Amino acid sequence: MLNNTYLMLIPLLPLAGFVLLGLFGRKYFKNSSGIIGTILLLASALLAIYTAYQYFFQVGKVNGFYQKIIPFQYTWLQFSEGVSINMGALIDPISVMMLVVITFVSLMVHIYSLGYMKGEERFSTYYSFLGLFTFSMLGLVMSSNIFQIYIFWELVGISSFLLIGFYYEKPSAVAACKKAFIVTRFADLGFLIGILILSFYSGTLDFNTLIERLTSPDSSQFQAAIASSFLGMSALTWGMVLVFMGGAGKSAMLPLHIWLPDAMEGPTPVSALIHAATMVVAGVYLVARLFPVFALSAPEALTLVAYVGAITALFAAVIACTQTDIKRVLAFSTISQIGYMMFALGVAGYGGEAGLGFTASMFHLFTHAMFKALLFLGAGSVIHFIHSNEMKDMGGLRKYLPVTHITFLVACLAISGIPPFAGFFSKEEILFAASQHNQAVYWIGLITSGLTAFYMFRLYFSIFWNKAPSTLERARGEAGEGGFVMILPLILLAIGAAFAGFIPFGNFVTSDGKSFEPVSHWQFSVLPVALGLIGIFIAWRMYKKENNLPDKISASFGGFYKAAYNKFYFDELYLFITKKIVFNLIGRPAAWFDRNVVNGLVNATGNTTEKVSTKIKGIQSGKVQQYGLYFLVATITMAVLFIYWWK
Amino acid sequence: MNLSILILVPLITAVAVLLTRTRQQVRWVSLIGAAIQIILSLLLFVYYRNEVAAGNTAQMLFQQNYEWFPALHIGFHLGVDGISVALIMLTAFVVIAGILVSWNIEKMTKEFYFLLLLLSVGAYGFFMSLDLFMLFFFLEIAVIPKYLLIGIWGSGNKEYSANKLALMLMGGSALVLVGLLGLYFTNPERTFDLLKLSTTHIPHNIQMICFPLLFIGFGVFSGLFPFHTWVPDGHSSAPTAGSMFLAGISMKLGGYGCLRVAVYLLPEGAKEYANLIIVLSVIGILYGAFVTMMQKDLKYINAYSSVSHCGFVLLGIGMLTKTAITGAVIQMVSHGLMTALFFAVIGMIYQRTHTRMIDEMGGLLKKLPFIITVLFIVGFCSLGLPGLSGFVAEMTIFMGSWQHPDMLHRIVTILACMSIVVTAVYILRAISKVAMGPMKATYSHLKDAAWNEKLAAVILLFGIIAIGVAPFWLNDLVRPGAEIIMQKITGG
Repeated sequence: MLNNTYLMLIPLLPLAGFVLLGLFGRKYFKNSSGIIGTILLLASALLAIYTAYQYFFQVGKVNGFYQKIIPFQYTWLQFSEGVSINMGALIDPISVMMLVVITFVSLMVHIYSLGYMKGEERFSTYYSFLGLFTFSMLGLVMSSNIFQIYIFWELVGISSFLLIGFYYEKPSAVAACKKAFIVTRFADLGFLIGILILSFYSGTLDFNTLIERLTSPDSSQFQAAIASSFLGMSALTWGMVLVFMGGAGKSAMLPLHIWLPDAMEGPTPVSALIHAATMVVAGVYLVARLFPVFALSAPEALTLVAYVGAITALFAAVIACTQTDIKRVLAFSTISQIGYMMFALGVAGYGGEAGLGFTASMFHLFTHAMFKALLFLGAGSVIHFIHSNEMKDMGGLRKYLPVTHITFLVACLAISGIPPFAGFFSKEEILFAASQHNQAVYWIGLITSGLTAFYMFRLYFSIFWNKAPSTLERARGEAGEGGFVMILPLILLAIGAAFAGFIPFGNFVTSDGKSFEPVSHWQFSVLPVALGLIGIFIAWRMYKKENNLPDKISASFGGFYKAAYNKFYFDELYLFITKKIVFNLIGRPAAWFDRNVVNGLVNATGNTTEKVSTKIKGIQSGKVQQYGLYFLVATITMAVLFIYWWK
Repeated sequence: MNLSILILVPLITAVAVLLTRTRQQVRWVSLIGAAIQIILSLLLFVYYRNEVAAGNTAQMLFQQNYEWFPALHIGFHLGVDGISVALIMLTAFVVIAGILVSWNIEKMTKEFYFLLLLLSVGAYGFFMSLDLFMLFFFLEIAVIPKYLLIGIWGSGNKEYSANKLALMLMGGSALVLVGLLGLYFTNPERTFDLLKLSTTHIPHNIQMICFPLLFIGFGVFSGLFPFHTWVPDGHSSAPTAGSMFLAGISMKLGGYGCLRVAVYLLPEGAKEYANLIIVLSVIGILYGAFVTMMQKDLKYINAYSSVSHCGFVLLGIGMLTKTAITGAVIQMVSHGLMTALFFAVIGMIYQRTHTRMIDEMGGLLKKLPFIITVLFIVGFCSLGLPGLSGFVAEMTIFMGSWQHPDMLHRIVTILACMSIVVTAVYILRAISKVAMGPMKATYSHLKDAAWNEKLAAVILLFGIIAIGVAPFWLNDLVRPGAEIIMQKITGG
């Protein structure tokens, strides 16, 4: 049996770190915060690995199927009969895999930050926020209830906000954290309405029950959800599309991707943890979590997932080729790779061999976490050394940062899909699954794969080869790579990026819980690998040494290059919508209306009353003669009327 | 438990304040009085839970019924259910926090504390009254001191604001009074007793006339669109503790009245007017949120956002489902704590920077870590972050609203959901301007919160987090009360 205490401790240890360091860190643990946070996370990571071992090798498999186990669950908020938010843990292959990924990458980032963030004024605050994030992310993947996942979904959003805005005195960081939160909030609106729809028809919020009811064609809930339709789509499909909207926001899918590049304003280790390896794949995880419903009951929604993923993958890769800020290149590369995971889910079927895309997607999520975290931490070392994010300030760094150089190269080879590095295996599986189901998606994926190799090696050659800028001479005397704590995570992640591909993922993570052995097709791999090598070759020609090829080529693309460089003007479009439409066409008129019309009516009522009473107040003068006069006049009038009417 | 104590304690404290000599005595007497209130309210909660756990299924517990004015059948009738207990606890929390943040008030200290305590007498009495005449009596007690609080200790255009607030609330009370008299005179027993009235059948045409009178009358207190304009002016001119009471407690009097009197006694009227209510309240929610987005003064921001948040209370009530009504009550408690804390923080910032304009501030996090951290938390509560109380309330209302499958309710719910985005926009805009960005050089000498401010913030934060992290206790407390109201609606 799984040990409940251990399971609860996995998220609660980082939470304890958050509370402890958040309340007392500034005062009592000014310098030891990092160590405290790291030790707590180490314990959490060990427990996660132990849980994974237990689940995969001892208790998880019953009759050849990995089970969905709910070891504990407590009612948190009861809405009505059967509909309640329960806090619990759902242990199945994907959640266990995510536990390992999150705790491992988070631990690496904790260790790395000991060096990277040293001397920072808000050092303990930083570690407390890291703890909050890790807690929320672990809670998210363990969720057994769709509302529970929404709760942690919001919590990771706020941790991301806090960490992006960590350098709160920098206006660009402030703008970036607001943008990230608001864009994902907008997407969460879809998620929330999706939850409302799904819970209304299924009569539950519990994942297992919900999936069971909405996938069995005989159930009354399923029939009701299919029967009612709106604008030509069934309520069920609407629900799934809206839930996917939430996932697309978190995972920076087109057109909700605009927050992620700006999120790079946060400290670089944070980008590695949140904006590369863990939080941004939450959307993929959400689709995977509800995968049976997508695949069996809402295939239209799944097709949407496939196309959104594929288009995003290509679109972001094109932009990545033109960016000059190394973190932004990595950010667009992340968007592109998550697009891969999305479309892999989109082309998968439920059960058996058809579910290859599902396995491949989760596999890619796993390997991507390794090599992308490594890339970001490597970029962190470079930035730490150069104090700049711009490619033009870099070059020839292989002499100064040898470990960073080698590990970065490993990660670049992995992401480019060169065998035998990790990315090769997961990417091949994705492309193979796509080629079986959807040719259009397959070709988009293939082109993206070539572009990926090109822009990654453009980055690699520009940083580590090429000509060293003149400003570098000054830095030469300084210590290069920030000591042991910054090197160790690079090496550990590089081992992951190099060898994670040999894990037989099909044994562990499949769409229906039954293991299968993906068939390998070496003939199939020739084309993607060749494209990758061509990409690397072009990058080598253009960026190995200083020359004028890059300028010539970008000039030959003309307007297209400029558009890609400006990220296809999405930011400008959003700015137009928010500034011109939301603020100027809704907010301002509403404020004006309130001050002038609604308030004006109230004031007018008051003023009129006052004027009328001023006019008539003379009547009550208190002078007896005047009252006598009124009396006389009234009596005469009444007498006259009386006499006339009596007739 | 003897409920009269809850009215007597603040009353005795108020009188004691009048008998004291120095400022020091005034504030310590008030603080001790408020501390007793909070202990009593928590005891009430414990006793109430014990009674319910022991199987007491009476609708109203701890009843006391004395004749007060027998000729007109007016009684002194007290009693509580879970909804009242929740709001009584809210009152006790806000009162003690209000007294703590006013610790250094210089002008006419004695009178200030006297009025604050008088307000709490009105609030407790209102939440416990089972006699409509008494309920009205306490409602008035809770209004009049506010006029003086704003007029004397206020700032800005205070005479105008005080007049406006008093007149609009009096207008609301007048409608309530007419509605109550309507109930009284059309009923054969000539009674004001809430429980007796709830068992007699009130004819349909009377309900159709009295319901709008009562609902709009109480709605004015709760900032019902379009009768909300007293909210921004009143709050912005009031002294800090005044704003805290106004938004934290007074606006809840309205919500409670709508629920306990209008909807509970006149269910047929409620059903007839429900669509109008939800449309008005969703306008209030979104309109309030959009107007907030354009505000530059922190107090106006919180005041308009209160209009938006109290719209949720009315929306939940208008949805007429058990879950939504429960959510409405949770929202009252949540918003009461949150907005009181928000005003407290605004007061603390204003004391130090002497401005409330967000454009004139910046980077305060550096110098005021405690105050600004509280500002962040309260802002997050406002935008519905899980783990804090606002989320629980809003989600309960959304879940309850979605139970209606027809198009109007669906559209209204979706529009209400949209406010979570607009709220995020205005909260982050305000917070980031105040707390983040480069710090002004003139702020380098600012000092962080003093003990009284810290204590006030911690007390209110305790409530916000207790609801946010473990909402089940409040849900269990409120739900049976909502169920009884729903039985009346579905059965009546």
